[in-house]
Amino acid sequence: MSLQMWTYLIVGVTFALYIGIAWAARVKDTKGFYVAGGGVPPLANGMATAADWMSAASFISMAGMISFMGYSGSIYLMGWTGGYVLLALLLAPYLRKFGKFTVPDFVGDRYYSTAARLVALVCAIFISLTYVAGQMRGVGIVFSRFLEVDVNTGVIIGMILVFLYAAIGGMKGITWTQVAQYCVLVTAFIIPVVAISAKLTGHYIPQLGFGGTITHGPDAGTYLLETLNKIGTDLGFAQYTTAFSGPGAKTMIDVFAITLCLMVGTAGLPHVIIRFYTVPTVRAARLSAFYALFFIALLYTTAPALGAFARYTMVNALHLVSYDAVPSWFGNWEKTGLLAWVDKNDDGIITYHEGAVFKGKPMFSEDQGKHGQRLVHNEITDNSNELYIDNDIMVLATPEIAQLSPWVIALVAAGALAAALSTASGLLLVIASSISHDLYYRIINRQASEKKRLLVGRIMIGIGVLVAGYFGINPPGFVAQVVALAFGLASASFFPIIVLGIFWKRATKEGAISGMISGIGFTIVYIVQTKFMGMAPWLMGISPEGIGSVGMVINFAVTILVSCMTAAPPASVQDMVENVRIPRGAGSAVDH
Amino acid sequence: MDQSRQQYWKTNKIYMFVLLSLWAVVSYGCGIVFVEELNAFHLAGFPLGFWFAQQGSIFIFVLIILAYFLLMDRLDKKHDVHE
Repeated sequence: MSLQMWTYLIVGVTFALYIGIAWAARVKDTKGFYVAGGGVPPLANGMATAADWMSAASFISMAGMISFMGYSGSIYLMGWTGGYVLLALLLAPYLRKFGKFTVPDFVGDRYYSTAARLVALVCAIFISLTYVAGQMRGVGIVFSRFLEVDVNTGVIIGMILVFLYAAIGGMKGITWTQVAQYCVLVTAFIIPVVAISAKLTGHYIPQLGFGGTITHGPDAGTYLLETLNKIGTDLGFAQYTTAFSGPGAKTMIDVFAITLCLMVGTAGLPHVIIRFYTVPTVRAARLSAFYALFFIALLYTTAPALGAFARYTMVNALHLVSYDAVPSWFGNWEKTGLLAWVDKNDDGIITYHEGAVFKGKPMFSEDQGKHGQRLVHNEITDNSNELYIDNDIMVLATPEIAQLSPWVIALVAAGALAAALSTASGLLLVIASSISHDLYYRIINRQASEKKRLLVGRIMIGIGVLVAGYFGINPPGFVAQVVALAFGLASASFFPIIVLGIFWKRATKEGAISGMISGIGFTIVYIVQTKFMGMAPWLMGISPEGIGSVGMVINFAVTILVSCMTAAPPASVQDMVENVRIPRGAGSAVDH
Repeated sequence: MDQSRQQYWKTNKIYMFVLLSLWAVVSYGCGIVFVEELNAFHLAGFPLGFWFAQQGSIFIFVLIILAYFLLMDRLDKKHDVHE
């Protein structure tokens, strides 16, 4: 069977599975729609959280980024896992005991203020919309690469699918499809890495192969990481394992700030927090945080191993190799624009070196060079590097490079789709619940019937899908930039006021509102200055990706300061805080 | 009853403080601030600081959450606040 057939088969079967699950789990009430009726077992919630969390970027791009960044790539590995410790210890158990539907719900009730609820609402929607646009684009790209359909058609297929299962099944449907999607994506990610690890280092466990020795070829007998350091030095890159020095390396303070911002941002992302409302008890919330990180760690400890394997394999297969003799996969991926070669010195041999081959992403012309390579009409740089390698190729091409069967390659396509779809559906539910519950029901129409609220929720999923799809088809140039903004906002807005709301009874509404506004305000101004207005990062060289950690500190400081100067919260709120600290009674805590 | 609740909350805060300190030490300490010093040591083919940054800290995060779950499970029962 051909690769194309395998891909259609596996992707088709998984899609049918998702729809089937959503139909079986369809819901009739708002509690089912927003929080899956609060009855999801911890193991299932752990898997669903993992799938919800690991997006198209985690699946497709992260290993590739690490493979180029070496040590600096640790910001993603620690940043996107360490937040779960904060969630499990500081947020999840208490928010579960509080037991409402959304994050703005907690902010609005704890800070006894509609204004606080509105600020939280706007943040939740903005963060989720930013994120979901990227997922839709991811779906389109996977379709175009593996099924040879147009990117836009791919986006539309993804939109229809997500709409169907999110609108029918609500949170309950999403949860159980995410469980299936987790299984698909983790299998798809790990199988090729195990194969390539065994081939390169003789270890079947990639986490061991990562620190193992190369078994054959010119570097046989030396440690993989040592060889990568040597390659780095030879080709002008930073050493793979060395921190804070060499071309493109980040400073210590920057690595620190970005890691902190990603951790705190993770803990403050509404689509992650909302998952902990779906389990039956406080104990289950703690346990499912453990399962969630365990399942995430399976992929997150494998990804850096893949990054190292792929780096070695790629350089070995291509550097100083004549173009006429490159492996056949080179041509396949050159077609997709993820690889490009510019024969700068006209010797027919590929030279790889530090530095960009040309400015920007490759823009191919119709013509071919004299060796049959695709020509680009980008402005060529004057360094000696001749090879363009896109980050994404490290995951997408690994099965081919490791010469695995077509069904494994097809599985990777299904895995990437699962990663994008599961995250998209979780985000759409946050958008829908923020508007239908927090805005429509809690602020506009307190008398709305159950049926009407459910209908508004479903309509909002539809509108959310359309907006996300629009941005997926017409990606604004700033998508990559706004992702930094999403994390920055999540860490500068939600995290400090939720933590203070739980651990400090004295935190007042004036404190929370001014804290959120100053934290967010600072973060937005800094990101706009450095990303859009071309200013140099003026605060200790912290890049915009990490500035949310400073925003968080500002939010904490302002909230505490203003709270001390204003009247203490009413006794009912203080009682509520006292109450969320005690696990008993979470089962019956959900009310409307 | 109230005294038991106060004791419960206090013990909870101690657990959190200890576990969050561990969280900070393995990631920000071993993985970032002291990474260069630790890289002088090796664990198989891994420079130790690099291993903490890309593998070890993640394993320890998982164990921290497991430890908190087990400790709190016992504490909930001891203070009779479990469900």
